[in-house]
Amino acid sequence: MTFALLYIVSGLYLGSLLGTNDSVNVFGSTVNLKMLNFKTAAFIASLFIILGAVFQGEGTTQTIHSLGNISEPVIAFSVALCAALVVLIMIKIKLPVSTSQAIVGGMMGWSIFIHATTDWNLLSKFILSWIFAPIIGMIVGILFFISMRWFLKRSRIHLIKLNSYLRIAMIFAIAFAAFGLGANNIGNVVGIFLNLSPDMYIDFGFFSIGGIQILFLIGGISIVIGVYSYNWQSVSDKGNGILSLAPETTVVVLAAQAVVLFLFSSSWLSNLLSSSGLPSFPLVPVSSTQIALGAVIGIGFVKGAREIEAKTLAGIGLGWITAPIGAGLLTYFILFIIHTVFQFPVSHENLQTVIKQPEIQNLAYHTPKLNMVLPGILFLSSIMILTLIYLFFRQQKLRLKAEKDILLQQNQLFQSEKAMNELEMRTFAIENESLNLKLQAKRKEFMDIALNISEQISFLEKISSGINDAIKTTDNEERIHRLTKLSLIIKQKMSFPQEKKEFYLQIEEIHKDFHLKLKTSFPDLTNLEKRLAGLLRLNLSTKEISTLLNISPKSVEVARYRLKKKMNLDKDKTLNNFINNL
Amino acid sequence: MFNFKHAKKSIDIIEQFLSLIDQGSLIFKDGVKNYLQGNHENFQDNLKTLSNLSSEADIKKREIENILYTQSLMPQLRGDILNLLEELNNIIDLAKTNLFEFDVEVPFIPSELNQDLIKLTELSVLAIDSLIPAARDYFVNPDSVKEKLHRVYLYEKETDKLASSIKRRVFQTIPQLKLSEKFHLRYFTLHIEILSDVAKNAADLLSIMALKRAI
Repeated sequence: MTFALLYIVSGLYLGSLLGTNDSVNVFGSTVNLKMLNFKTAAFIASLFIILGAVFQGEGTTQTIHSLGNISEPVIAFSVALCAALVVLIMIKIKLPVSTSQAIVGGMMGWSIFIHATTDWNLLSKFILSWIFAPIIGMIVGILFFISMRWFLKRSRIHLIKLNSYLRIAMIFAIAFAAFGLGANNIGNVVGIFLNLSPDMYIDFGFFSIGGIQILFLIGGISIVIGVYSYNWQSVSDKGNGILSLAPETTVVVLAAQAVVLFLFSSSWLSNLLSSSGLPSFPLVPVSSTQIALGAVIGIGFVKGAREIEAKTLAGIGLGWITAPIGAGLLTYFILFIIHTVFQFPVSHENLQTVIKQPEIQNLAYHTPKLNMVLPGILFLSSIMILTLIYLFFRQQKLRLKAEKDILLQQNQLFQSEKAMNELEMRTFAIENESLNLKLQAKRKEFMDIALNISEQISFLEKISSGINDAIKTTDNEERIHRLTKLSLIIKQKMSFPQEKKEFYLQIEEIHKDFHLKLKTSFPDLTNLEKRLAGLLRLNLSTKEISTLLNISPKSVEVARYRLKKKMNLDKDKTLNNFINNL
Repeated sequence: MFNFKHAKKSIDIIEQFLSLIDQGSLIFKDGVKNYLQGNHENFQDNLKTLSNLSSEADIKKREIENILYTQSLMPQLRGDILNLLEELNNIIDLAKTNLFEFDVEVPFIPSELNQDLIKLTELSVLAIDSLIPAARDYFVNPDSVKEKLHRVYLYEKETDKLASSIKRRVFQTIPQLKLSEKFHLRYFTLHIEILSDVAKNAADLLSIMALKRAI
């Protein structure tokens, strides 16, 4: 048994390559469309691949087996390995490949090497099936597509609801297609190892599986390993390539694939058709990729659009020819080496001595029996309990997460409200401050006006009493003296010293920045020059400046010249422009 | 996993959202008419209603976004759908802003332009009115979207034509207007006309989306 398992390793490797290569047809588009995540899709596909392999894999397996009864384990190992290597190389060079064609090619290589009589009838069944499977896929795809389109147009289901229905449909389609893949393609994996099936059966209580089915189970597991060895990113990439489809089309393609795989693998249907006198479908492993592409092309015909590029079709054609021929040649070459180098009896005549005819039907249901009822119940119960615990904790975690999110949102809302309030308060404070400043300025202005009025009154009273005194004076000389004194007082008053001081202070206050720049850029300016600069900044004329500074216009010009010199200005630059741009 | 509950909820919200846009366009039309006819109180009412509708549409749009993303609904189409909702939301936002412009800037509109401006508003709003059923159909019957969208394009073209003619009249045949008033009128013609342009943009997006959905 252990040795037998070692021999079927090459078949299992082929199985894992099959899983990698074909699983993308089963759920690649679904994952790519994000309708299901990789974990869910891969789990459903894996489960149904195993179920299909175990419960409906016998038909295609027997067909493969009947193509060439390789009883010597080493030869079977070599043939499967050659097929696997061809599949691997073609996957690496990105050529579409069918494991069925590779394994059949390998078996033909073996058959030619040992000069065995080829069963042309059976071989033609294989070739015709490979030709007709995509064509039937196309026809089924067209029928499904037209029906779905008709239904969707009439049902007017809302897009969002339709999306949910399509998810359910996809799960069923993946399950059905995976079941078909397992049932149809398990023959490629273990078909040539049937003679090595273990001599035992396992009882699960409500069902039991025999030796061949145990072999199918192992083969199915190898396909599942292949499914999981493909990561999500690769599935996503492949989904974008050949089969980048809309959800509706994906469901149709999957369903077509599932139906055709079922037609070519169901012993029950084959028996039913035969018993009704109708021609039955041969139970032959076919390529799921080719069926899927057939369906896609069919849909393309209906839509009036070409869904697949000519380059892809050419690749498929090339793969269709290369896989069987390559596997056949490689097998022939390897067998030649085994025969010539290791002197292994690989010829047909020599093999007669080692071949024991398989008795497939009798292989099953022999003792020893492995009772799996109790372990099965315990296993299932533990799984159920663990699932329930997991779901409970997951629910709790989700609830807590939702509550935390709500709290976080509320907190954020509160924080933003707080920030808004603070901002409003600050705005109010700034407004209050500016109003206070305005109020103070107004108050000061009124005080100044009041003071000015009282000062003007006292000044005028002083002048009035002075004039009265001059009138009353009889002495002419005294009168002239008094009037001269009054004129002097008036002239002094006319220089407005207090007002001018206020005026300059206010100019400095308003043009604070300008005066600061002036002070830092030209620190050696005199007070008069600073005042002049301030007045020039106000765009006042020379005459106005001369009146304000109590100097002659000529002196203003001289002062301007000096200021320009102190500021080191070029001749072509005007002082006014420079001061205004400072 | 199949989210039927959330699917139902999002369908309801989308329906409500589309109704809000529809109502918004009608209120805008009414608002412009009231302004032109000098019904100040009614105009203020329209302004208030449109403002409320716009805020409500914003909330609905965010709700739809939340549901579509958190419940992983229609992963392959939600980007397009949210873009469409954004475009539709732009329409009601723009209608509200434009009506506010009337309220704030109080443009002087000579009475001889009243009829033309009312006609312009009606055409612009008709473009939006034709867009909403097409958007509704996208969800249930994408094949009929295209035949509904041709009306949007027609009204948009008519709006453009009328807007050009109004602008020409303003600048060439009403000499008593000041240049500033002419500019002001040009801007307000543009404010009304632009609604049909936004409706056309949404129609472009919708027609591509319908093509994507066609099976």
